[in-house]
Amino acid sequence: MLRVFVRRKIVAVGTVLVLITVAIGLVAPLIAVDPMRMDVAKRLTRPGAAYWFGTDDLGRDVFARVVYGARLSIMVGVAVVAFSFFFGMTAGLSAGYFRRLDNPIMRVMDGLMAFPAIILAIALMASLGPSVTNVIVAIGVVYSPRVARVVRGSVLVIRETAYVEAARALGLTNVWIILRHVVPNCLSPVIVQGSFVFAAAVLTEAALSFLGVGVPPYVPSWGNILSEGRLYLQQAPWLVLYPGAAIMLTIFGLNLLGDGVRDLLDPRLRGAADQPKNT
Amino acid sequence: MALIPVALVVATVAFVLIHMAPGDPGSVIAGPDATPEDVQKLSQQLGLDRPLLVQLFGWYGRLLQGDLGRSIFLRKPVVEAILDRVEPTVLLTLSATFIAILIGVPSGVISARFHNSATDQAFMTLALLGISIPNFLLGLLFVLFFGVWLSWFPVAGYSPLEYGVAQTLRSLVLPSFALGLVQSALIARIARSSMLDVLREQFITTGRSKGLGERAVVYKHAFRNALVPTVTVIGISFAVLISGAVVVETVFNIPGLGRLIVSAVLRRDYPVIQGVVLCIAGVYMLVNLLVDLSYLAIDPRVRYQ
Repeated sequence: MLRVFVRRKIVAVGTVLVLITVAIGLVAPLIAVDPMRMDVAKRLTRPGAAYWFGTDDLGRDVFARVVYGARLSIMVGVAVVAFSFFFGMTAGLSAGYFRRLDNPIMRVMDGLMAFPAIILAIALMASLGPSVTNVIVAIGVVYSPRVARVVRGSVLVIRETAYVEAARALGLTNVWIILRHVVPNCLSPVIVQGSFVFAAAVLTEAALSFLGVGVPPYVPSWGNILSEGRLYLQQAPWLVLYPGAAIMLTIFGLNLLGDGVRDLLDPRLRGAADQPKNT
Repeated sequence: MALIPVALVVATVAFVLIHMAPGDPGSVIAGPDATPEDVQKLSQQLGLDRPLLVQLFGWYGRLLQGDLGRSIFLRKPVVEAILDRVEPTVLLTLSATFIAILIGVPSGVISARFHNSATDQAFMTLALLGISIPNFLLGLLFVLFFGVWLSWFPVAGYSPLEYGVAQTLRSLVLPSFALGLVQSALIARIARSSMLDVLREQFITTGRSKGLGERAVVYKHAFRNALVPTVTVIGISFAVLISGAVVVETVFNIPGLGRLIVSAVLRRDYPVIQGVVLCIAGVYMLVNLLVDLSYLAIDPRVRYQ
């Protein structure tokens, strides 16, 4: 019993962390000043009453940049999940449902997955050019095959079930069967995947921007702040510590939430988590 | 053999990347300041004026000969540019893998043996925290604590092997831990859950009922069976670590493949980008193949015909 309680609590902590980030991102303009405003006279000011998180090398308010960074991270996360779900599900459903398409589609997906995520994202950014939209497209392309593979896996099972056969016997169209009977039944593994794709998107955006190949440098993003902070590590460690804490708490929250949702939706794993010691 | 179609797709993707850029690839490569004549000359030189399919097959042909083209900015063959930078990346990846396994596997196994105990909870909370820290952030924090504040290790830079192994290792300590610790968290989680799965099997109960000690059951019987998923994740880890190395190199100013590809992106040096991407994807595929083959040695149930 204790274990179940602990798990629920952990999920609650995750949910709260994620909601805090989302809320901060939503109300950013209300709680922070303009993240682009420079005041060179106040450059590299220590954190204090005037600047809670200090200022950066151009005298911009780090608190404002971190808060707007939350907004960007959430936006990128949501957009990447939407992008990879749309393309990943389309590819996965077609490959799983129509046997002829299976081989060609999945070979392309395998090929895309043969690249490590960040490397493919860097290469895509190289040809797309730096912008927020392109970051979303690049990360979306990287994670779509992963969604596709999960979807295909469950479609292959669902396709053989009696209810799909019955629907076919009734003469329903393929599109109707897929939307009405296949999609709802393959959603739960996809939802689990969603929270991990979200976390990975936030991480990848931060990494790309940190490397200088993500969103343009003036955009307040956690990766960008860290990238500037790296150069002033000695004089201004707050440039690394605050955005760093923001990234960690957000990803930690998303991971807790993802683990929790997975346990909730997968009865087999839920059983495993509840198993008493030494059985 | 199953690698061939994947390799073909990989080569094609690398080719498409450069042709996907908006506008004419010639002018993209030449940069915004180039005159139309420059662009034309460059297009001709690189064969960009020929039909796309001809270019694609030319690309396959050159790849088979191990020719990755010439760097536009560095003015030398891409293969040479890569070989110049490969040493730090390989050493960093290897040492990080070593650290990840050394910390990850034992903590996972111990967690599983003392399932639900305080030790288990502590390890797993740490592991979850571990997978929530991006490696470059951990790297920056290491530089701040051990480099700037404590001055135990150099804050940045890399000492090549030719100047002495000790110096090289010293320059790799912080980056390897930054990279390896994050991955050890992932390995620990997988090792723990696969151990727990195995410990629930009947042969474990049999072992216990015939009077085997807990140690023998856990370390001799369960461990070997739990190794299969663990080795898979170690293989994946190695691949993740190569790409992680690319990012961590920036934190520590290590002149490896990561710095090479990032500076190539900033200079729009497409042949270098293609080359590094292909090279890393190739290693990634090979490692995955080796992982599949290693099941032969580990899993008593798997026998390839």
